[in-house]
Amino acid sequence: MNARGRDLFASMLRIRRFEERCVELYSARKIRGFMHLYIGEEAVAAGVFDALGADDNVVSTYREHGHALARGVPMTAVLAEMYGKATGCSRGRGGSMHLFDVSRRFYGGNAIVGGGLPIAVGLALADRMRGADRVTACFFGDGAVAEGEFHECLNLAALWRLPVLFCCENNRYAMGTALHRAQAQTDLALRAASYGMVAWPVDGMDVSAVAAAAHRARAQVAATGEPCFLELRTYRFRAHSMYDSDRYRDAAEIDRWKQRDPIDTYAAELLGSGELTEQDRTELEASVGREIDAAVGAAESAPREPVSDLTRFVLTEPEVPS
Amino acid sequence: MTNPPAAPAAGHPTYREAIRAAIRDALDADDRVFLMGEDVGRYGGCFGVSLGLLEEYGPDRIRDTPLSESAFVGAGIGAALAGMRPIVEIMTVNFSLLSLDQILNNAATFSYMSGGQLSVPLVIRMTTGAGRQLAAQHSHSLEGWYAHIPGIRVLAPATVTDARRMLAPALADPDPVLIFEHGTLYNVAGSDDLDEVDIDSAAVRRDGDDVTLIGYGGTLGVALAAAETLAGQGISAEVLDLRVLRPLDEDAIVGSVRRTHRAVVVDEGWRSGSLAAEIAARITERVFYELDAPVERVCAAEVPMPYAGHLEQAALPGPDDVVAAARRAVG
Ligand SMILES: Cc1ncc(C[n+]2csc(CCOP(=O)(O)OP(=O)(O)O)c2C)c(N)n1
Repeated sequence: MNARGRDLFASMLRIRRFEERCVELYSARKIRGFMHLYIGEEAVAAGVFDALGADDNVVSTYREHGHALARGVPMTAVLAEMYGKATGCSRGRGGSMHLFDVSRRFYGGNAIVGGGLPIAVGLALADRMRGADRVTACFFGDGAVAEGEFHECLNLAALWRLPVLFCCENNRYAMGTALHRAQAQTDLALRAASYGMVAWPVDGMDVSAVAAAAHRARAQVAATGEPCFLELRTYRFRAHSMYDSDRYRDAAEIDRWKQRDPIDTYAAELLGSGELTEQDRTELEASVGREIDAAVGAAESAPREPVSDLTRFVLTEPEVPS
Repeated sequence: MTNPPAAPAAGHPTYREAIRAAIRDALDADDRVFLMGEDVGRYGGCFGVSLGLLEEYGPDRIRDTPLSESAFVGAGIGAALAGMRPIVEIMTVNFSLLSLDQILNNAATFSYMSGGQLSVPLVIRMTTGAGRQLAAQHSHSLEGWYAHIPGIRVLAPATVTDARRMLAPALADPDPVLIFEHGTLYNVAGSDDLDEVDIDSAAVRRDGDDVTLIGYGGTLGVALAAAETLAGQGISAEVLDLRVLRPLDEDAIVGSVRRTHRAVVVDEGWRSGSLAAEIAARITERVFYELDAPVERVCAAEVPMPYAGHLEQAALPGPDDVVAAARRAVG
């Protein structure tokens, strides 16, 4: 069996099953606050992270469970964070929307739409100035394209020739607002290109296509030191967040997109070509299930951050006990 | 205006419904009024306030905007200058910072900079406050910052009546008015017991003799709960609801403290440089010699609001903190 195909498939499956469990945990009130699911968009994370090096920087949004998992942030640390536990990757202070793991160069977890773009530009600027050859991948939604930060940052990155890989997850909606109701020019790659950077659209439901595009784009950013823009055309199958009743799209539209479920279609492809067997798939499901069970168990029994530590980390501590 | 906001009552409107009714009234009363903001239309408003209004009034008057806070707040200012009466909704106070330039450098200053030639009759509504485990980018109480700015009026409805009735005088005001709606109040029901309210004065929500508890918006309920506990301990607390954060109703504050000789300010903002600091200073300036105790302040912990529920509750001013402060003051 082809290891790469299996890895991409496993990566998507792991994100999907994790979030399905998160829905149950949210209903059981174990997870609170806003929770935004990535279900339907897994091919984007699996494909893009396949192309990133361990030394690359990542800037994410509030819909970042998939990014964090694909980046290698341990599932136990992600789930414990969503439980608000001391063992969470942000020590219970961030929750679902603010996952951070600097050891993996995972710089959040930003819930201000467009707020991560300047950070990515700055990370890349520092790398440029210090001669590091890593790439900074910056994720944001189609909604962020309407924010001033988007335009300011694409301009700066192009002007200063910074190694940023802009990953626009165009899932066609910003909360309840469809792309065409919010943006005069809905070809987002075209808009990025107007800043003088290479930009191309990618079928975000096809993990092979995403991975191929991401590898090509990353290589190009690394080779030229200049930014590159991917418009990853995808779709979220679930509501914007757990609080959203999803009244702004019709069921037929969602069903149409579900026909292109990135996991099912890729499984069919791999099974057809013999790269994956039914037995592989069963085993993968089982191992993902075990990983999730273990993460739930760990989160359940993890300690809470003591209230006496409420004011810790407001400022940098001289030494952080681990 | 005596309803404790924490008492949901069957058959009474919720805070959310009260605001919706107020917007509907405003749209009916004046065809220059329109509502604009992110997802106010098809989605029904981030907090469900404008649910159904798009169907009733159409996309011209219930206008969905892109995620462009600076642009649509600025456009609201322009439209107001040109004779419209926009109600601009910003989802959450943290996001309003993207439009702070427009609010501070344009809306609040045009009248002055133009030597009185321009007025900006704009209303901006937004959600504020913590208590829903939304973490640091969705939970802050920054209304005190806005109350710092000359050229605008800042309102904080804490009751269903105020939620229902403040919008009309806000729209009638020739200058920009910011209305802060606390996120934990939307589901609270209460009676709407007045046809009109002013947007100038504070209101006594509970009479008392021993200490004045000063709150507003989300902290009014905290102050009222504390007053109830204090009553059980033989301490009679007066609860003053500021209602208007700028300009402050200084006479009401001073008048109450003159009677009780003690004050506790309850503010969900951070203590340093807070609205609570301003109120304490004004009390000291005006009635220092009538105080029987230092002015107490109960504010949020000086941390970005944490996600974990127990940490968030620990960061927020609660009734117990207010009771303790009042007891210290009473001595
Ligand atoms: C500056 C700002 N304005 C408004 C919001 C509220 N909000 C949160 S998510 C969201 C939709 C963003 O859509 P998009 O960028 O397309 O990303 P998606 O959720 O589709 O992944 C909005 C409006 C916010 N978080 N930040």
